[in-house]
Amino acid sequence: MEKRAVFGNRALPYALLAPQIAITLIFFYWPAAQAVRQSFLVEDAFGLSTEFVWFENYIHLFTDPGYYRTLWTTVVFSTAVTVMSLSVALLLAVMADREIKGATGYRTLLIWPYAVAPAVAGVLWIFMLDPSLGIIAQGLRRLGIDWNPRLNGTHAMIQVVLASSWKQISYNFLFFLAGLQAIPKSVIEAAAIDGARPWRRFWTIILPLLSPTTFFLVVVNIVYAFFETFGTIDAMTGGGPAKATETLVYKVYADGRLGGDLGGSAAQSVILMAIVIGLTAIQFRFIERKVTY
Amino acid sequence: MASVTLTDVRKVYHGGVEAVRGVSFEVADGSFCVLVGPSGCGKSTLLRMIAGLETISGGTVRIGERVVNAIEPADRDIAMVFQNYALYPHMSVYDNMAYGLRNRGTPKAEIDARVREAARILDVEPYLDRRPKALSGGQRQRVAMGRAIVRKPQVFLFDEPLSNLDAKLRVQMRVEIKRLQRSLGVTSIYVTHDQVEAMTLSDQLVVMNAGQVEQIGTPTELYRRPATRFVAGFLGSPAMNFIPAVLRDDGAVSVGERRVAVSAGAGGGRAGLPVELGIRPEDLRVAASAPGTLPLEIEFVEELGATQLIHGRIDGVAATVQVATGAAPTEGTLALAVEPAATHLFEPESGRRL
Ligand SMILES: Nc1ncnc2c1ncn2[C@@H]1O[C@H](COP(=O)(O)OP(=O)(O)OP(=O)(O)O)[C@@H](O)[C@H]1O
Ligand SMILES: [Mg+2]
Repeated sequence: MEKRAVFGNRALPYALLAPQIAITLIFFYWPAAQAVRQSFLVEDAFGLSTEFVWFENYIHLFTDPGYYRTLWTTVVFSTAVTVMSLSVALLLAVMADREIKGATGYRTLLIWPYAVAPAVAGVLWIFMLDPSLGIIAQGLRRLGIDWNPRLNGTHAMIQVVLASSWKQISYNFLFFLAGLQAIPKSVIEAAAIDGARPWRRFWTIILPLLSPTTFFLVVVNIVYAFFETFGTIDAMTGGGPAKATETLVYKVYADGRLGGDLGGSAAQSVILMAIVIGLTAIQFRFIERKVTY
Repeated sequence: MASVTLTDVRKVYHGGVEAVRGVSFEVADGSFCVLVGPSGCGKSTLLRMIAGLETISGGTVRIGERVVNAIEPADRDIAMVFQNYALYPHMSVYDNMAYGLRNRGTPKAEIDARVREAARILDVEPYLDRRPKALSGGQRQRVAMGRAIVRKPQVFLFDEPLSNLDAKLRVQMRVEIKRLQRSLGVTSIYVTHDQVEAMTLSDQLVVMNAGQVEQIGTPTELYRRPATRFVAGFLGSPAMNFIPAVLRDDGAVSVGERRVAVSAGAGGGRAGLPVELGIRPEDLRVAASAPGTLPLEIEFVEELGATQLIHGRIDGVAATVQVATGAAPTEGTLALAVEPAATHLFEPESGRRL
């Protein structure tokens, strides 16, 4: 059935839409257009003159081994965050689903991390992982591991992955729990009678039935790891040591803001925009097809 | 194949709901047992305890010689058909049926043979590659049955498997289930609240009420000699008429001022005891008005085609009589006679048969 509102005054619908459109134009399209324009320009160090250079910024970027290193760092980081936050969330959701009676309190506790600002999450983990003060670091030292994220790139990476995943777990948990609750109990029971042990039930029944949820969350988590972990990384490692935790988004900031290379930074932004558009397109396609069985 | 024996089985849910209160009965090897009773009487709970889906709070369940109280559902060698079918939505019909065999490590060739055999028996061969959501309710029902039979289990358990089907399909599937059970000879326990299903399917009928067994026997036994007023009222459609009466000492009861002869030996020597006189609508005959007949003031008539149900009141108590269409007037007052052998007497308080 077609649902349409009928406006007597032809101008009214446009007037009602105007604020939303204005906000989108000013805060999204305008900066985006600026970034594209900027990516074709080179500005001297003092901002006194600009020169139109066509694709030079992009060529520069794609011939820079540093850019590929950052790209690789981003891939490692995003994969680690996605896998970690999804698997921990799924584990918790399966446990909560089993004992759903106590789950209201449990659920509330698990959703809290989501309300913590990224930078605060970073600081929290810094306290726990600080080489000299943090309790986790002390525990590791006792186990004979010389934990030092300030000097060791791998340690720094583990640190930002932990903090970033932790933030996302509650969100993923809620979706997984909802997904699990939507699986009819009798289907699981039928599988139990059909001779499937809990572990096999999980792999052959529960996980496949959760696949629409999982797919949705994979995309959401990749987008999160790419674009929303800036605060966490900035607070914890500042991209260091030796750029070991510098992701693409962080590099935009580091090159543009700290390095003063506005053109190169803008070119990176444009590439990131393309990535977002790509991910969103994939997501919409699959949501349309619903990834069902 | 195996028998199933329940001994004083109890179930208390969290929160203290006593769903099953001491149920004992035995289902003989290869026979078809139906558990019937009103909603909430504990039928599903009992069946789920036999399946191992619900813990047993007390008593023992045996399958064959083995006590299965502490045995996982997978190891009880049973198959269950659920009310909502519980097919695996992400698997094809073939995989749905093969799943249980694969879990048990059955060789591929044998799985294929058994699945195809079941599909042939159940007439679902054309749909083997489809997903359950692309099937009609009746086809899903067949697949669910197929999933149960490919495993060749010791016992089939059914929990209201037909209640999601339309009336016509339900009758058709009922016949098929019976035929299948006969040909496979697998011990079956079937839960329903539909007394027609219960009567038609069962070798052994177990009527439950409020977590307890009211009566066990063949459908005919229960129909002819219900042990309690509950069973009498539950089995049979239209339901039995109950008329307040008083015992006399001459093999009869008084209904108001009228003397009605009842089955021999009922309640001997307890003259003056108030009782309920139970008579099935089809056991009442339209007769000429005479001292031993009951007067029915007609209220309305239901047409069933070959027969009609005449509803009315006997001494102000609602009653129904079933007669061949056109065999009786449909207005005014009818005089009804009854064979003494077709009467049932129940104690009003305990509801027990006299
Ligand atoms: N998980 C549960 N927790 C607590 N009480 C329950 C639970 N499951 C069932 N009950 C209660 O146990 C009683 C028996 O339930 P059961 O499902 O066995 O009834 P039933 O005879 O199958 O009824 P129906 O014909 O409606 O399916 C009911 O009073 C019900 O409320
Ligand atoms: Mg039930």
